Amino acid sequence: MSKSKGKVVSVNESLVGVETTDGAVINGEVAMIMIADGKRLKSEVIDVKEGGVVYLQVFEDTGWMKVGDEVMFTGLPLAVKLGPGILGSVTDGLQNPLYELAEKEWFLERGIEVSPLDTTTKWHFTPIVKKGDTLTGGIALGHVPEKLFQHHIFVPFSIKGDHTITHIVPEGDYTIAQTIAIIKDELGNMHELQMAFDWPVKKAMPFNERSVPESPMPTGIRIIDALFPIAFGGTACNPGPFGAGKTVLQHSLARHSQADIVIIAACGERAGEAVEVFKDFPELIDPRTGKSLMDRTFIVGNTSSMPVAAREASVYMATTVGEYYRKQGLNVLILADSTSRWAQALRETSGRKEEIPGPEAFPMYISTLISAFYDRAGVEILSDGNIGSLSIIGTVSPAGGNFDEPVTQATLLSTGAFWGLSRALSDARKYPAIDRIDSTSKYPPILKKEEAAYLLELLRDGKSIASNMLLMGEKGITDESYIRYQKAELLDAVFLQQNSFDKVDGVTGPERLRLMFTLVKEIIDAPVSIQGKEAIRSHFNFLRQAFLDWNYMALDDEKFEKQKSKLTTLVKQMGYVAENI
Amino acid sequence: MLLKTYENIDSIGRAILGIKASGVHNKELAEIHYPNGEKALAQVIALDREHVTLQLFGGGFGVSTDCKVRFLGKPMQVGFSNDMLGRVYSGNGKPIDGGPELMADLVRVAGPSINPVKRLIPKEMIRTGVPMIDVFNTLVRSQKIPIFAKAGEPYNRLLANIATQTDADVIIIGGVGLKYDEYHYFKRRIEEAGSNSKTIMFVHTHRDSIVEGLMVPDLALAVGERFALQGKNVFVLLSDMTQWSDYLRQVANAQDQIPANQGYPGDLYSQLASRYEKAADIDGAGSLTILGVTTMDDVTHPVPDNTGYITEGQFYMKDGYLELFGSLSRLKQQVNERTRPDHRSIMNAMARLLSESEERVKAQKFGSVKDDYSLRLLDYRKTFQKELMDPFRFLELEEALDLCWDILSNHFKKEEVGLSSELIATYWPQKRDFQTLEGSTHE
Repeated sequence: MSKSKGKVVSVNESLVGVETTDGAVINGEVAMIMIADGKRLKSEVIDVKEGGVVYLQVFEDTGWMKVGDEVMFTGLPLAVKLGPGILGSVTDGLQNPLYELAEKEWFLERGIEVSPLDTTTKWHFTPIVKKGDTLTGGIALGHVPEKLFQHHIFVPFSIKGDHTITHIVPEGDYTIAQTIAIIKDELGNMHELQMAFDWPVKKAMPFNERSVPESPMPTGIRIIDALFPIAFGGTACNPGPFGAGKTVLQHSLARHSQADIVIIAACGERAGEAVEVFKDFPELIDPRTGKSLMDRTFIVGNTSSMPVAAREASVYMATTVGEYYRKQGLNVLILADSTSRWAQALRETSGRKEEIPGPEAFPMYISTLISAFYDRAGVEILSDGNIGSLSIIGTVSPAGGNFDEPVTQATLLSTGAFWGLSRALSDARKYPAIDRIDSTSKYPPILKKEEAAYLLELLRDGKSIASNMLLMGEKGITDESYIRYQKAELLDAVFLQQNSFDKVDGVTGPERLRLMFTLVKEIIDAPVSIQGKEAIRSHFNFLRQAFLDWNYMALDDEKFEKQKSKLTTLVKQMGYVAENI
Repeated sequence: MLLKTYENIDSIGRAILGIKASGVHNKELAEIHYPNGEKALAQVIALDREHVTLQLFGGGFGVSTDCKVRFLGKPMQVGFSNDMLGRVYSGNGKPIDGGPELMADLVRVAGPSINPVKRLIPKEMIRTGVPMIDVFNTLVRSQKIPIFAKAGEPYNRLLANIATQTDADVIIIGGVGLKYDEYHYFKRRIEEAGSNSKTIMFVHTHRDSIVEGLMVPDLALAVGERFALQGKNVFVLLSDMTQWSDYLRQVANAQDQIPANQGYPGDLYSQLASRYEKAADIDGAGSLTILGVTTMDDVTHPVPDNTGYITEGQFYMKDGYLELFGSLSRLKQQVNERTRPDHRSIMNAMARLLSESEERVKAQKFGSVKDDYSLRLLDYRKTFQKELMDPFRFLELEEALDLCWDILSNHFKKEEVGLSSELIATYWPQKRDFQTLEGSTHE
């Protein structure tokens, strides 16, 4: 492939204009800009304009660049290195591992190049093919153990057509830099294969066979699992104003979701939040596997003060890694926080390119990009019959908390579940502050459909009684309505609200969710014979207190059953009185 | 390196100058030489073949087409030395307190951010003595947090209080668009508190050019970061970032940038973030805490809105009170578990009851509040405001927590507050058994 050269002709923050001195230029290829201090800055071709000026978006600070600086085009698109060693690591948006970078400099100095995956670690490779076998791209050559999983070593997906194995190494320990197999195509060309290979981040990996997301993924968050679930391979978004609890929700999902692998894409958000994850997770034990939570986690962080152009790359990189692990037959969850920052990065670049702006100055093509991104999620039936899935939960940070803005709207059209975060709820300390009435999901719930509908009906009733009370006061409504209102409040307080900072209450598995639902339903169905608002309120206060105490008891707590029967007795007492009147 | 001088000026704007030149670096510093021999600083902000765009530190007024521009072959730097403590500088880094210029190491301005793996999870509470902060939205070392307030609220007084009442090793005040009396106020408060020897001021007042105002946070943070790297706990106060954003908007507008929301440039978020993200608790060194001011009328305005997404919460000041709703410390969970066992629970209980009472305030307007419980909630709300929301009432955390228990016990029955039986047994005040506080005003 010919490698072209060029010279810088203009510099405007991260947008650099280049005139080529020889060779052709491919839209989307990576180019390196050499600056005076000897550093090489990575960039990407995003446009070729009339007059032959090539526009690059530079992934690093462009300070001290000058007109005439040399540019080397690589002929290759921006790619991610796929292979064993990704799990448990923390990288920036261009797959530079942060821990390795920190060994060189405390600050994120530009132009430092580190290998994305460790090339010295030895992996124990077991071949499953032999010399003479015929295979093609995407077929496994063998596997290595990586953390909790058998990591299949594939023939690179870019290889097309039948190939014959002319050499394969025996079982043993190899690094990702060593050749483990040599294959020959029909024309007799040889390809040396290693355990890792590149894949362009912006190109969605083709599905072997696509299926639809139908099986709910337990998240441990009651309001989601019971009312607005997400499925394996599904998509969800949680837009909300700042301070409504997006981050706490994302962290909770990262900890408790029953995915095999969680990829956190911290895109343009606070560095401190990513730090909390990668410093805390290694210490936390995942109760389902007994291993550190970090073992199933991969963090890619282009935080808000890192170069803006790499934000887009970080989201795509996370997605590509997710697709790769889906090919391994695993259930992968991507938490993208926040897709709005990615959209804003596009807006910045679009503005510098002087494109005609769309609504709120976002580029016209923003909705297409967002839909294409969420479309990379899905369920895949692999060639060996196994099933893998990739789910994406994207945070949206709408300006002014107003959901009418272009990014939120485009996201709502592309995702299957919508968890709208509300400032009114977070002000009232009702966490998770997911709107109980306006949120939606098209995925099948963990509870039965009619059970979820039953809860939603009570919530809607409660809301309408509350607005009546606002106008007419407690005395303006009947005891019967007041009881219905108190039941809705109780449902909210003991079932929908959840203390994500508590070990027990912070996560509710499907088994406990069922138990809790049964008890909640028992309370809602039970007749209450008390008269007078004061007495009714006091009764529900006691119920609430007893239920909350129960919420904080682990399933194997000796007091668990006792507290449960205490609750049922409390409920029945009132029912008993009713029957006798 | 040979310094080149150019004289073919193309265009002069309010803060921007265009000139034909070659061999110029992006972000290079330059000097404008006036025909009368005066000089002013400028910085390259864009290059397009031979056209160079510069940002003028002194503003465009008085720049003539026969001025000469001399490129200095170096980027923006700021002096750094311990002798800067006690001194006052302008937005171009020159002393304005009448004292001598210092020989100092030069450090880069607006450098890259620290590698996240060198950050520690913030774990240390900063005691401010302000009940609404210490109890309800605890300030944590290395936090970045602004005060949201209308212009005219006493936010600078609170800023000065927090800086001087806490244990900061170094205080750096970055004043952007200060009125002269505000500058004077900071100076006097620092002196009265005896903090002069640990304070550096970078000050931009309304008479200075907006480009100097734009530089102030970068200078303050660059110097603060150096002290933090030396192991010091540094407080950087930035007042007022709304003015700063306004200057950013003016310069972007002068460059013909396509505006995003309300005329602000599309990169407002990134620009604010690259400043606020300098706050860090550095592994193996000190810390940098940023307290800002964001003046606003409406929280959905682009500046407070973008700021809220960047900072780790905000203190919302209204009518001279620090509000509970609208204020937030994202880091409080990191510390309030280890202060006193009742801290987190009583904070939540007080907030829940206050939220409930806000509902009654709405209902009261319809005349529908008549029952005893609602009236007590309304009464509680008044007491809460009077006793706790004053930002200038100094209470140690423990005194403030005790006061919270007193307030609860004066307005509510034990079973109404939703606290665990265990906490109630330990902390519920014994003597007072349900009475209204004196001076209660509800009828």
